[in-house]
Amino acid sequence: MPTAYTPGLRITEDTIVERERRLPIKGEVLVEAGAVVEPETVVARCLLEGDIHSFKAAEQLGISSSELSGLLKKRVGDKVEKGELLAEVKGFFGLFRSECRAPVAGTIEHIGTTSGYIGIRQSPRPIEVLAYLRGEVAEVLPEEGVMMKARAAFIQGIFGVGGERYGRMKMACDRPDESLTEDHLSEEMRGAIIVCGSGASSAALEEAARIGVAGLIVGALSDEQLRGFVGYDIGVAITGQEQVPFTLILTEGFGEIPMAERTFRILQSLEGKAASINGATQIRAGVIRPEIIIPREAVDAAGEEGSLTGAVADKAGSTELAPGVKVRMIREPYFGGLGEVTALPAELQTVETGAKVRVAVIQTEDGQEITVPRANLEIIQE
Amino acid sequence: MADTRNIQNPANSRTILATDCGSTTTKAILIERTAEGWRLIARGEAPTTVEAPFDDVTVGVLNAISELEDLTGRHFLTDGHIMVPAEPAGGADLYLSTSSAGGGLQMLVTGVVKTMTAESAQRAALGAGAIVIDVLSVDDGRALHERVERIRALRPDMVLMSGGTEGGTTSHLLDMAETLRAAAPRPRLGRDFRLPVIYAGNSAAREGVGEVIADKVALTHVDNLRPILEQENLGPAREEIHNLFLEHVMAQAPGYDKLLKWTSADIMPTPMAVGEMVRAAARANNSNVVAVDIGGATTDVFSVFNETFNRTVSANLGLSYSISNVLAEAGAENILRWLPFELAEQHLRDRLRNKMIRPTTIPQTLEELYLEQAVAREALRLAFAHHSMLAAKLKGVQQIRTIADTFAQALGGESLIDLMNLELIIGSGGVLSHAPLREQAALMMIDAFQPQGITRLAVDSIFMMPQLGVLASVQPEAAREVFERDCLIWLGTVVAPAGTAREGDNVMRYTLQPENGAGEEKQGELSFGELRRLPLDIGKTALLRVEPTRRFNIGPGPGRSLETRITGGVAGVILDARGRPLSLPPENQQRYRLLKQWMTELGFPPV
Repeated sequence: MPTAYTPGLRITEDTIVERERRLPIKGEVLVEAGAVVEPETVVARCLLEGDIHSFKAAEQLGISSSELSGLLKKRVGDKVEKGELLAEVKGFFGLFRSECRAPVAGTIEHIGTTSGYIGIRQSPRPIEVLAYLRGEVAEVLPEEGVMMKARAAFIQGIFGVGGERYGRMKMACDRPDESLTEDHLSEEMRGAIIVCGSGASSAALEEAARIGVAGLIVGALSDEQLRGFVGYDIGVAITGQEQVPFTLILTEGFGEIPMAERTFRILQSLEGKAASINGATQIRAGVIRPEIIIPREAVDAAGEEGSLTGAVADKAGSTELAPGVKVRMIREPYFGGLGEVTALPAELQTVETGAKVRVAVIQTEDGQEITVPRANLEIIQE
Repeated sequence: MADTRNIQNPANSRTILATDCGSTTTKAILIERTAEGWRLIARGEAPTTVEAPFDDVTVGVLNAISELEDLTGRHFLTDGHIMVPAEPAGGADLYLSTSSAGGGLQMLVTGVVKTMTAESAQRAALGAGAIVIDVLSVDDGRALHERVERIRALRPDMVLMSGGTEGGTTSHLLDMAETLRAAAPRPRLGRDFRLPVIYAGNSAAREGVGEVIADKVALTHVDNLRPILEQENLGPAREEIHNLFLEHVMAQAPGYDKLLKWTSADIMPTPMAVGEMVRAAARANNSNVVAVDIGGATTDVFSVFNETFNRTVSANLGLSYSISNVLAEAGAENILRWLPFELAEQHLRDRLRNKMIRPTTIPQTLEELYLEQAVAREALRLAFAHHSMLAAKLKGVQQIRTIADTFAQALGGESLIDLMNLELIIGSGGVLSHAPLREQAALMMIDAFQPQGITRLAVDSIFMMPQLGVLASVQPEAAREVFERDCLIWLGTVVAPAGTAREGDNVMRYTLQPENGAGEEKQGELSFGELRRLPLDIGKTALLRVEPTRRFNIGPGPGRSLETRITGGVAGVILDARGRPLSLPPENQQRYRLLKQWMTELGFPPV
């Protein structure tokens, strides 16, 4: 029987989080297994081969491609400096002299006898990989990177923008249904990860950017505010690379929705702790959700690790709908509402649209009994 | 006809299994020759298994077929493979498959001039079932380093290089080869194999291009796909794309080496198979056809006009993952104009965003359903506009003109899509195939495509066009029979005169005379802005006479009458006097009143 897909975002107070930190190509690992590191510790480094810069040398010199190699002062493999003379052609009586200089520094990799191009390989660029988590280097992947491990609270958001950031957790609101205003913010929040409730005013977003917070975690924002924050309309939900003043994570969705009680409570209990966040979201096959990781302490007890590793949770939980399970409605007309499953009728039922679908009977928080398509429910994991 | 293996004679087969390995679901169908001809017997499905922990597409195939076993009580599997040819214990005479798993075939195409060779190359790639991830041309306005960075970021499965007519430019092709060399693109799948590059440009530059890139990529060449400006020769490039798809790309995908051995004919990319079926439908009905498949992330449009086939993919138009992109491209006002009630733009935006982040939710209320159908109209409209632009006559061709043409300002490149001569529209994808009322699917297609004259409408009931498309390559008769009997659900016929007038002006008089006792004769008149439905059941025919007023054209010309035989369907005959191009009143109350009137006429529940 097909089961309804419930995104089931992971929200857990205590788990083992593992993150692979890998270089794009082989390089050097700078830490040892067992080392305890900070989020911004450089754990591995490599030199990324420089890009090839190709240019039309023969055309610059006003000669045919086949003449090019004969006139060049350099050969394949030679190093050149930016602006260095590579070839020159003297016209009649030394007039109309044309020359070709290296547009970039690097090594000549290719001379095209047919195309008249020269390709210069630029100097390698150093690439560094940071630890991202405050925790332990669980494993060294020789020449490639490390596996980081931390005992942490782990919370997935539903949508985010902006990449990896670090900072101390700071509660800006007292209740999950409170919306952030400028008055909640102060200069001492610079570099912190701010948590608020159901939404934020646009003025508050601007103020947070001015102060220089590292991140903002909020129940919801409107699409209009997101557009204002990013500067354009995000069409396809693949994010993480935006140039934004701070990383933004929505835990519930768009509009104004109180942050789930449990999420708020966990974040509140960890106020003052250092956290790592990432807004990167991909809503495609192989979904990626934004994450908040708040390490509790360095992992020390091996036995405990073993017992916790199984619960680790890069994958959404697999809890199935059943009577008694707490759920959230994730589509109109009950969007954002909370309740508990009281029955799961086996037969398909006709909803208002006329479609026959699998439904669940839900008792809402205010005691009403409603029928909702199972596809429109999200399990609240506890 | 495709190469066939594992079979003596496809014509003698009686039992056929076919699967379509999609990116999320693998769908299996069982087709058999019965006393009444070829019929669909059962359909099963299972999640596709190209990703961890399975990393083997055949696991999903076996699961989908084992669901068929459960449904039919028969045996098709033994020792982890499919029994082909059939054995006394069970099995099938033929096993065929299509695939779009792993994101389909992603191609980069290059050309010299954007609207000429680059566009021809794009048509070749799309026709072969690829997703074109970018089109590079010398005049695309990008600097060399920008092109290089773009290629590096894209990581295509394959590159098609075109450019230069025979005897034309060679230097621009060498430029493009240098760009490719500098970018040194790595393929998406399989770290160790070289990226396949097909050269289909000016043959005079073939050798030079080889000198530049042959040591970096797996280079093959085919005939120039645009040998002269006036002619496209897309066949060889399309065939080579298909060969390389099987040899390189598919061979890198997990489990495909095994699947390739199981199948009785080559595995086809899913969109190519659907294209084959659309072509077959056009041939069988001797009609001009448009078919559309609207999904969560992408929308594919296929057309056959005067035997010319075209396909396009709008990669970011869809109703779940891509729903916010429909909003970004169409604009909120274009979505809101299809709603018969008021909805603030901010609420519209937030609701669509919430659908994007929770893509599997479904509409529960009528308001939500009509909103989703409004977005579908815009996604279909945009995808069709994109298609109409690309399915065009060759650009850059000198037109021979008569004096009468002098004022027409045609510059070549006009679309092949002729709405007046469009005879059949086939819709598929959840929002069309699973609309609570078939009439809703019909109206969405009419509003989005705005067919003119007389056009039949159908939906693909369970999206089995891919399997039937690959079947058509070995057993065309079976594919045709199942397509007509079990695949398509006929919605009916729309009758829409082209022209505009003021609301209330006369548009046409009609007489509908059902044949073979299918009902009473009906006559009437329609005024501008009206929509009327006349019942005519599936399989029934009727003689229709339409007399348009002088501003309206039903086919033969403005004000000229037409008599024709039309066929019925679930929605019957829809007489559409709303005018073409269809324009909705900008004033809200007036528009709500009209939209409600049309919905009531077609039996939609009121909001």
